[in-house]
Amino acid sequence: MIRLVWRQFRTQAAVGFGTLAVIAVVAVITCPHLVHLYDTNVATCGVHGDCSTATNAFLGNDSTLRTWLGILVIVVPGIIGIFWGAPLVARELEAGTHRLVWTQSVTRTRWMATKLGVIGVASMALAGLLSLIVTWWASPLDRANMNVFGIFNQRDIVPIGYAAFAFVLGAIAGVLIRRTLPAMATALVAFVAARLAFIQLVRPHLIAPKLRDLALSLTSMGFGSTNGGPFTLEPNPPNIPNAWINSAQIVDKGGDALTPQFVATACPRLVAGAQVGGPATGSGHVSRAQVPAGAQEVLQNCVAKVGATYHEVVTYQPASHFWVFQWYELAVYLGAALLLTGACFWWVRRRLS
Amino acid sequence: MSAVLQASGLGKRYGRRWALSDCTLAIPEGKVIGLVGPTGAGKTTLLHLAVGLLAPTSGTVEVLGGRPADGPVQLGRVGFVAQDTPTYAALSVTDHLHLGGWLNPRWDNDGAERRIERLGLDPHQRAGALSGGQRAQLALTMAIAKRPELLVLDEPVASLDPLARREFLQGLADVVVEHGVSVVLSSHLVADLERVCDYVVVLVASRVRMAGGIEELLASHHRVTGPRRDPASLPANSQVIEASHTDTQSTFIVRSEGPIVDQKWTIEPVGLEDLVLAYMGPAGGAERPPPLSGVRA
Repeated sequence: MIRLVWRQFRTQAAVGFGTLAVIAVVAVITCPHLVHLYDTNVATCGVHGDCSTATNAFLGNDSTLRTWLGILVIVVPGIIGIFWGAPLVARELEAGTHRLVWTQSVTRTRWMATKLGVIGVASMALAGLLSLIVTWWASPLDRANMNVFGIFNQRDIVPIGYAAFAFVLGAIAGVLIRRTLPAMATALVAFVAARLAFIQLVRPHLIAPKLRDLALSLTSMGFGSTNGGPFTLEPNPPNIPNAWINSAQIVDKGGDALTPQFVATACPRLVAGAQVGGPATGSGHVSRAQVPAGAQEVLQNCVAKVGATYHEVVTYQPASHFWVFQWYELAVYLGAALLLTGACFWWVRRRLS
Repeated sequence: MSAVLQASGLGKRYGRRWALSDCTLAIPEGKVIGLVGPTGAGKTTLLHLAVGLLAPTSGTVEVLGGRPADGPVQLGRVGFVAQDTPTYAALSVTDHLHLGGWLNPRWDNDGAERRIERLGLDPHQRAGALSGGQRAQLALTMAIAKRPELLVLDEPVASLDPLARREFLQGLADVVVEHGVSVVLSSHLVADLERVCDYVVVLVASRVRMAGGIEELLASHHRVTGPRRDPASLPANSQVIEASHTDTQSTFIVRSEGPIVDQKWTIEPVGLEDLVLAYMGPAGGAERPPPLSGVRA
């Protein structure tokens, strides 16, 4: 049975793993240069003093390749779902060959198990190896960039879960719809929807975020209005290396948020000046008011006044949570893939008969 | 006498439509059985139930004494050639033989290769590039090479041209002689069945209208022609299957166990096709005799 699966799958496998080999070669060729640049410019920047310039200059290297490799890691699971998953059963049903293969001396369950098993493992291997190569290649850039959660979907082990899920999702779409092209389209839409829903609705709640209290300071504070609303102080997200900042809020000791009324009372000159000089009704999300010339002192007074009662509280996921998130997300996607696999078996055995 | 295929109250429903309902029949062993009936009679559904591609909604079906597709052993005992003889278009003829070998423990590879060679098929040709007749032969070769006890063929020649049809049926007849398998073959073309079958089952709207050995059926049915008159005046030992009248003349197809001797009537033998059509026709309904026992030999 494995030989049949291999015979039917080998062209697709050659395309997939051939492309992977090309990417590996590109990575191996370009990576030493990146490592060299990192070692000479970024790793030693503390000695020369100016790290931010050195880091920014370093991040300009291979930035296009970095972007495209990241996109590739994200889209490959979807492609697997479309081209390996969706046609798996749908093409047999469409061509009628299920009537040939299901009447040989192999039960339908074993046929399905071997197909899902072999190609499912290949899917995970392809996505996992690609992610491994990209993670390795981009590691100097990622280290310099200090934003591991920004590239969370494109690195390490989560792409394995995405690939397994996408593959089985494609397979069951084919089983239910019984036609290849509509199954491909459905698999893609469902996969993208599931990924986005997970990012928006599930991931932020997987682990309780950490809280950090900060005193208000002029450097981390802006002043403006949101969507043309009343003027108030706006905290800038603090720079915590490799952290995922969920929110930054100004609250008092009781946890109540700073109100524009309080700002208007505490800092009347600042508000009055901003309404004259700045765009009072910005159309953007947040319009930062121009602080009038010589008003820096006014703002400082305001921050000090407000800061007597209020402080800034930041909720965030620290870098140490990165791997917990990776494992959780991998587990959730693999679990979903297993559930769909069960549904696939049930449907092929019971409903397609 | 044991039955290769025994259905009892067998039914299959798709949504609210019954493709086959309350079908009861028994097909005897060691014969080449033709399953004939109009489109929509449930032939394909019945055969798919028999090979386990479908599961019954109601009733039971047993094939060679076992539940269809109930494990690899049962699957291996039944060879199936599906309608339009599906094959993998991208795989070559040789690939198909390999495939058969991988999937069937009792696979007869030498026999399959010999048969392919005898048929003049190019082993390296992709199945998608074969003609309909060649593809049907490939599908039949695969079904035989798994050494089944029962061969089930669903309209295997329906889409073939007359020459390919004859070659296919000749090949099938050779297989029966060579391997001694039982065969169930569905078709809506009676002439095809007459060429290879020795037993025929007429299925109309899930019901067996007639079943029996072709020779006995032909011997016990007659076309009776004479001056127009009521069928009640026919000899007592005959049952009317079909009646047709002109202004002056009446023609009956009758079933009669004994010979009909009556000077008023012209007695002629009736061909299988006319006989089958007579049983398929609506007139067969009320006057129809109880179907001959399916296991009569």
